[in-house]
Amino acid sequence: MALTKADFAEELYDELGLNKREAKEMIELFFEEIKDSLAKGGQVKLSGFGKFELRDKSSRPGRNPKTGEEIPITARRVVTFRSGQKLKARVETYAGTE
Amino acid sequence: MPPLFYFIFAGYNVTKSELIEALAKHQPHLPLKDVELAVKCIIEKMNQALSSGERIEIRGFGSFSLHMRPPRVGRNPKTGESVKLAKKYVPHFKPGKELRDRVDQSSGQYQIID
Repeated sequence: MALTKADFAEELYDELGLNKREAKEMIELFFEEIKDSLAKGGQVKLSGFGKFELRDKSSRPGRNPKTGEEIPITARRVVTFRSGQKLKARVETYAGTE
Repeated sequence: MPPLFYFIFAGYNVTKSELIEALAKHQPHLPLKDVELAVKCIIEKMNQALSSGERIEIRGFGSFSLHMRPPRVGRNPKTGESVKLAKKYVPHFKPGKELRDRVDQSSGQYQIID
């Protein structure tokens, strides 16, 4: 099961004692602020977690993998995430489920 | 030559402390200290989830998951010696549809800030 906004709100309620409405609002605003900044060309760096960066991609030839038909991929702006050292190190030691 | 209006609508890069200030402005009823703790708590929860292999799915924003990198033979760049590297996991972010669309549509109006 994946973690959702509701789980984060629950965490703020349990850990910080924000009331349920405040906790929910905080989570909404947190992700909304990051989106707003990215939608205005600003990149977002959260120390201890990672950095959301923007990249302008030029158009390139593409192909429909099913039909083999050639379709140009239009120029676009994309978001990329680079995890910080701390997160990378913590995740690397995860043993996996196998 | 990019159109001049690129430079009129300038966004801004954001760090954790600036994000905390922005959130505090939206929630004037909360002490700044609480907003600061909340942001730290959210980030710690995301770190914890990912480092225990759990996915995170935020509607409209995106999802975080782990990608496996298979074991490989690497090389010590100094000595040229081969080294066996075990498989490892790396964090991966896939932007959600709303974020993808908003960012893509903004490219004509806003320049990416370095």
